[in-house]
Amino acid sequence: MTSTNEAPAPRLDDAAATTQKSRSTSTTVAAIASRIPGPLVGLVVIFVALSFMSPYFLTPRNLLNILTQISAIGIMSVGALLVIIIGGIDLSVGAVLALSMMSMGWLYGYAGWPFELALPVGLLVGALIGLLNGVLATYGKLQPFIATLATMSAAAGLAVFVTGGNPVNGFPDWFLALTTTSFAGIPLQGIILVLVFLVAAFWLRFRPSGRALYAIGGNEEVARLSGIPIRRTKLAVYTIAGLLAAVAGLLVTSRLDSAQPTAGGSDLLNVIAVVVIGGASLAGGSGSLLGTFVGLLIIGVLNNGMSLLNVSPNLQPVVLGAVIVAAVMTDRRASRAQGGH
Amino acid sequence: MNPQTPALLAEAATAATPGSGLVCSGLTKTYGGVTVVDGVDIALTPGSVVGLVGENGAGKSTTSAMIAGMVQPDAGTMTIDGEAYEPRSPGDALRAGVALIHQEIRMIPDLSVSENIFLGRLPRRRGVVDRAQIEEESRRVLRLLGSHIDPRRAVRGLSIAAQQEIEIARALTRSPRFVIFDEPSASLGESETARVFDQIDLLRADGVGIVYISHKLDEITRVADSIVCLRDGRRVAAWSTGAVAKSEIVRAMVGRDFTYGHSAPPERGAEVAIEVRDLARAGAFEGVSFTVNKGEILGVAGLIGAGRTEMVRTIAGSDRATAGEILVGGTPTTIANPAASIRAGIAMVPEDRKNQGLNLDRPGADNMTLPWEKHLARRGLVTRGVLERVARKQREFLDIRGRTDIPVRHLSGGNQQKVLLGKWLIKRPDVLILDEPTRGVDVGAKMTIYDTIRRLAAEGVAVIVVSSELEEVLGLSHRVLVMAAGRQQGILDRDQATPEAVMRLALRGHADAEIDAEN
Repeated sequence: MTSTNEAPAPRLDDAAATTQKSRSTSTTVAAIASRIPGPLVGLVVIFVALSFMSPYFLTPRNLLNILTQISAIGIMSVGALLVIIIGGIDLSVGAVLALSMMSMGWLYGYAGWPFELALPVGLLVGALIGLLNGVLATYGKLQPFIATLATMSAAAGLAVFVTGGNPVNGFPDWFLALTTTSFAGIPLQGIILVLVFLVAAFWLRFRPSGRALYAIGGNEEVARLSGIPIRRTKLAVYTIAGLLAAVAGLLVTSRLDSAQPTAGGSDLLNVIAVVVIGGASLAGGSGSLLGTFVGLLIIGVLNNGMSLLNVSPNLQPVVLGAVIVAAVMTDRRASRAQGGH
Repeated sequence: MNPQTPALLAEAATAATPGSGLVCSGLTKTYGGVTVVDGVDIALTPGSVVGLVGENGAGKSTTSAMIAGMVQPDAGTMTIDGEAYEPRSPGDALRAGVALIHQEIRMIPDLSVSENIFLGRLPRRRGVVDRAQIEEESRRVLRLLGSHIDPRRAVRGLSIAAQQEIEIARALTRSPRFVIFDEPSASLGESETARVFDQIDLLRADGVGIVYISHKLDEITRVADSIVCLRDGRRVAAWSTGAVAKSEIVRAMVGRDFTYGHSAPPERGAEVAIEVRDLARAGAFEGVSFTVNKGEILGVAGLIGAGRTEMVRTIAGSDRATAGEILVGGTPTTIANPAASIRAGIAMVPEDRKNQGLNLDRPGADNMTLPWEKHLARRGLVTRGVLERVARKQREFLDIRGRTDIPVRHLSGGNQQKVLLGKWLIKRPDVLILDEPTRGVDVGAKMTIYDTIRRLAAEGVAVIVVSSELEEVLGLSHRVLVMAAGRQQGILDRDQATPEAVMRLALRGHADAEIDAEN
């Protein structure tokens, strides 16, 4: 899953190169199959199956619908992936979404702030909770699981507390346009989603500070001895994760025209599922945005398909659980076949 | 301990039949083509102590591992009282009455002392652990050792010395007839070591046959009834008494036939590249002062645990100094972390390649560029082209044989080490520190690494080489700094730095560390 795996490797001098070559010339179907990432195979299978099972599935309208349905989860998944690459975990994403949404709603609906000011403060709240996560995990020396469990609890409570549990409704039209506008038929929120993925992928792949994430997650001591600023990078990553949760909160608020104190409650599960199905290891040091995007599409397509097929909402999480297990098992088998030991 | 056993043993000892006790002959062990133990004979008699000496890597630990059933010999036989003894596991060895007390203490900190002593064989009564029994038994054995540790308390928080006692107690509850001590004093202070000796005396009086491994000669001559010396896996000398002159043992450990394997190093420069003044890190080392000129190679010799690695780690910012000064190119420099050391032009190849040097799951190219990506980036971007260009250059410079675009894990040890060296040469350092630069690499890669060190010195890089291989240090260096017991014992010029002279300084243990260090 490292960024350099997939390209055709330049030929070098040695025995390793020859074995590599002879292996790829003796291509069998199995060998090819083992090189295609497991999640992608799964996505195609699910996609084809649903196309046959439901007449509504494979329509442009439905596919665009899926894109809007996954945009908030997808943006949060990017932050979650970054945190998981450095060997951490962020349990607070859903709660941060709710709190940033509610602080924005309270400032606008209760404190009477102009919305143009309330919105950036909402984003700031998300970033600050992310920063707090980072501080607890670095300077506070807490395990990220525990640090973010605590902030999850606190943020979820505050989200209800600020308005006494009441939703805030009636946002400005230009804000609602965020989720109703389309360009050339593509919904704006889908474009935002793809942009976030592209920017993050670019950062991880080409920028020194982004590439350092893999170094930190792979072996923190090696990274430290190589002069990588570990704490600063971790703080940045947790802050970004918080900020992206707040951005997702904007989309949800705009879509509902309402800031709901209990929003984001079930998002954590979906977000972790997306990243894990996308091939990232919770041990850190691996994971890619391409994989995460495939994972996101699997979750999106699956949820959409099950709704179209009238699967009971209570059974949908069961299917999700099965998919997580299947995806991770096939992915591990594939990477073992590739790794060669 | 079973109270009858010593009496029986005492009888066996007086009988002194040929082949009584544990007799090993011709023990041989080969790992991947390298013979680490080659035809070693050792005989353990009940009620006496064999001192086993040798340099780092002489084969002491492998020999003891074979006797204790942890590894199986490729050739050779072992007998106990004339009967074949072929342990396939430590359990077999224990059943036959042979126990090994490990160099590294392995305890589960949150279990009680008695639970640790009986770990893996906790007796049960009505389905639950019989605490009363293990506590009583533990208390009895600990008292035998003159220890007053409460068997009910948790191990966490106990001193290393106390844990060592527990480790010995654990062996004694098995009523062993033979006990191997593998450098028990490595982590102990002087008075604590004296306690261990008292305990060994007790065991000896009880008729237990003992092997005591150490490279501290004071200890060996204090405790041993006979001495066996290993060098390069062979038994090169043996004495049937413990009263042997230390110089004689040193000569046997080092070998008279020692020859320098390398040509003289290139001419060193006149300008000082780095100066260290009275550097210390509390609890690890103190009183280290030296200078290294441009183009000079300074070797650092000493036994394991002498504080060499800790000292160079502090210079490279891996750990923080608690006292002293470092001047780089004449300028006092604070080195608080590795990033600061890299900025100051100091690079260090750490001793532990897998845990400190390389990320084995990342490609060689990415490993090498890691510290330098901000400098290497083109318009802020680290592209495949950048990676490939850097990797190609280092492959040529260091003769790295293997791909650098696949995880380093798939390369041989020698090529991994070259990648690690390449990582720290992308930007030429002013000071290059190498900690065990040839550990676990094949001979060919070794020669390349030596050549590279020489070439860098010729370019004007100041090089500090820490190595446990004496020949390596002596062959490469202009001067050799010797450490023992966390202190600098002296700096020898190349023409003074004979193996004997270095070993004499390196063996200055706790007992005579106060002797004039200006040697």
